[in-house]
Amino acid sequence: MKRTIFVGALTVAGLAAGVASAATLDDVKARGTLNCGVATGVPGFAAPDANGEWQGFDVAVCRAVAAAVLGDPSAVSFTPTTGQTRFTALASGEVDMLARNTTWTFSRDTDLKFDFVGVNYYDGQGFMIPKALGVSSAKELDGATVCIQTGTTTELNLADYFRINNLSYEPVPVETNAEAQQQYLAGACDVYTTDASGLAATRATFETPADHILLPEIISKEPLGPLVRHGDNEWGDIVMWTLNALVAAEELGVTSANVGELSATPTSNPEINRLLGTEGELGGMIGLSNDWAKNAIMANGNYGEIFEKNIGENTPIGLTRGLNAQWTNGGLLYSPPFR
Amino acid sequence: MTTLTDPSKESFRLSQLVYDTRYRSITIQVVALIGFMAIFAWLISNTVANLQALGKDFNFGFLTVRAGYDINQSLIEYSSNSTHLRAAIVGLLNTLLVAVLGCILATIVGVIAGVLRLSKNWLTARLMGFYVESFRNIPVLLWIIAFFAVLTEATPAPNAFRGDDSAASMWLNETIAVTNRGTYVPMPVWHDGSVAVVLVFLASLVGIWAFGRYSKKRQEATGEILPNGWIKLGIFVLPTLAAYFLMGRPVGLDYPSLQGFNFQGGLHLRNSLIALWLALSFYTGAFIAENVRAGILAVSHGQTEAAYALGIRPSRTMRLVILPQALRVIIPPLISQYLNLTKNSSLAIAVGYMDLRSTLGGITLNQTGRELECMMLMMLIYLIVSLLISSAMNVYNKTVKLKER
Repeated sequence: MKRTIFVGALTVAGLAAGVASAATLDDVKARGTLNCGVATGVPGFAAPDANGEWQGFDVAVCRAVAAAVLGDPSAVSFTPTTGQTRFTALASGEVDMLARNTTWTFSRDTDLKFDFVGVNYYDGQGFMIPKALGVSSAKELDGATVCIQTGTTTELNLADYFRINNLSYEPVPVETNAEAQQQYLAGACDVYTTDASGLAATRATFETPADHILLPEIISKEPLGPLVRHGDNEWGDIVMWTLNALVAAEELGVTSANVGELSATPTSNPEINRLLGTEGELGGMIGLSNDWAKNAIMANGNYGEIFEKNIGENTPIGLTRGLNAQWTNGGLLYSPPFR
Repeated sequence: MTTLTDPSKESFRLSQLVYDTRYRSITIQVVALIGFMAIFAWLISNTVANLQALGKDFNFGFLTVRAGYDINQSLIEYSSNSTHLRAAIVGLLNTLLVAVLGCILATIVGVIAGVLRLSKNWLTARLMGFYVESFRNIPVLLWIIAFFAVLTEATPAPNAFRGDDSAASMWLNETIAVTNRGTYVPMPVWHDGSVAVVLVFLASLVGIWAFGRYSKKRQEATGEILPNGWIKLGIFVLPTLAAYFLMGRPVGLDYPSLQGFNFQGGLHLRNSLIALWLALSFYTGAFIAENVRAGILAVSHGQTEAAYALGIRPSRTMRLVILPQALRVIIPPLISQYLNLTKNSSLAIAVGYMDLRSTLGGITLNQTGRELECMMLMMLIYLIVSLLISSAMNVYNKTVKLKER
């Protein structure tokens, strides 16, 4: 009996590890679709729209990669993952990449054997609380009941923050953002804590968003970015440079509107030419066609367009660029040169 | 000349391994064993190779590392500074807590429902039939979520208790608060001298047992039946009450009261625990009800008629004649129901109950990335718990099964 179970465990482990082969690019090309792990539903970042099409800031990264690799931004099959299932899904090869507001940390990058390829949103952990409770600072949260997604870095930050400040709290573990929202609105927890962007996105879906405030404290650094399995550097490079291409495109003024025109004939700016493949062979260096970046930008536009369309100030979520502005505008976005 | 020919000595030929029925079964077993071991070896080597390919090793060192996360319900002392091992123990204890509570309630519910389903009262029997069929045929996960949703959505938030004309009020003379975060009940506080009260209480339990023996002997000798229930209740309550007042009421109650965000004081029964407990109990109770019904039906009707003919009342007939015989049929499937309940408690994460699956197999696994180690450890623990439960129940089964002389 004991042995049977042992065998079962090994089977699972063996099979799971068996499919995680090294050449992800070949697998994706052979399959014709990109398997992309996203959140189970965070408005603005990853959520299906009324037609069942996945939309959002993280989803756009998946689409850009699919466009770069396969030339078709719709050739993506999305796998919704929770905070607990995401890493297993990636490690086992169920998905080729994760674009799921995942925080880049040392141990995830090294011990968990993943590679973060960049940051697509610089975030920090915040608290959301009903206005009616009259709380204006996280320091006043002593004794509060806090909804928290399990298996996240926010869970650990929360424990540290309350311990350092000598506050007591009652954690209510939930699995998904939707569950947290339901518990929070039912009053089963006083506070909901997660990345500030996620809080803003969640609040935007409330009936009366104005009744809820985000506390001023940001208690952690949460650089969110796409990640791939460790060890397949070719694939990691593709995802990394696709993200960089979106960032560089904004810096260079390449948008979804003018990318067709700019890529038709070489322009006077050699970096734009290299990026869009009208000069040099950058695409071939990462095993893709030369118009890979053009396809990626055509999919959803450049980084700025993706931001404004999904989570920007004109959307219900209403996030400002803040840290996520280009370095030329005082933000942290800084793509290495395409050369 | 006569030649004596010995019957030729039977020599062993290889073909006999296949064609001779004396050896064939051994051959099959050896082949099966080799095949099994080959599969087993392939699995191990595959795992080792793949772990190596991923650059992961296999060790349990992470268990001694600081866990860093908090657990809301913990039966032993635990903080975010404790180790992953301690977090796993906290989870295991939470699993055992809900399993024990669940087994007790499921047995009570199951026995009552099973007996009532055989009731001659049409309405009672049909109601119990409805209960059994509806709970048995809907997945337990849905029941857990349903119970939790009702507890969360239909009860007031602690905020509703605030103010003089609050929207919600506490029950039973301001002692019990039912909120959407859980139920707060008064908790006993032990002052000086409470030891004496507890000792008296334990002594009265011994007294009840002793009286039961005496009463049984007396009945066997004289045939007279004492009002057992009332006397036992008296022994249960009176000495403890007397000791309680004699010692100057050393056992107090800590009442919950609304302070800050939440109720403080008292015992906090979280909704996650209550929902999981009730859902598991009623779900498993439905299966136990069917076991009980089967057990009772397995006792021939002649036994009932014989008891009635002797003038034994229906309730005593059930208790003294039918159930002891029915237990022989009920206990073995009951064991597997207990095991099912314990294993089903691993669905706890659906309502955020921090059991073994949520701590060791959830947060620890996720934060450390040790999937294989955590999963195997968890399987091993569930296996051990299950084997312990079934061996304990087997001991009990031995005491009720038919004694062959």
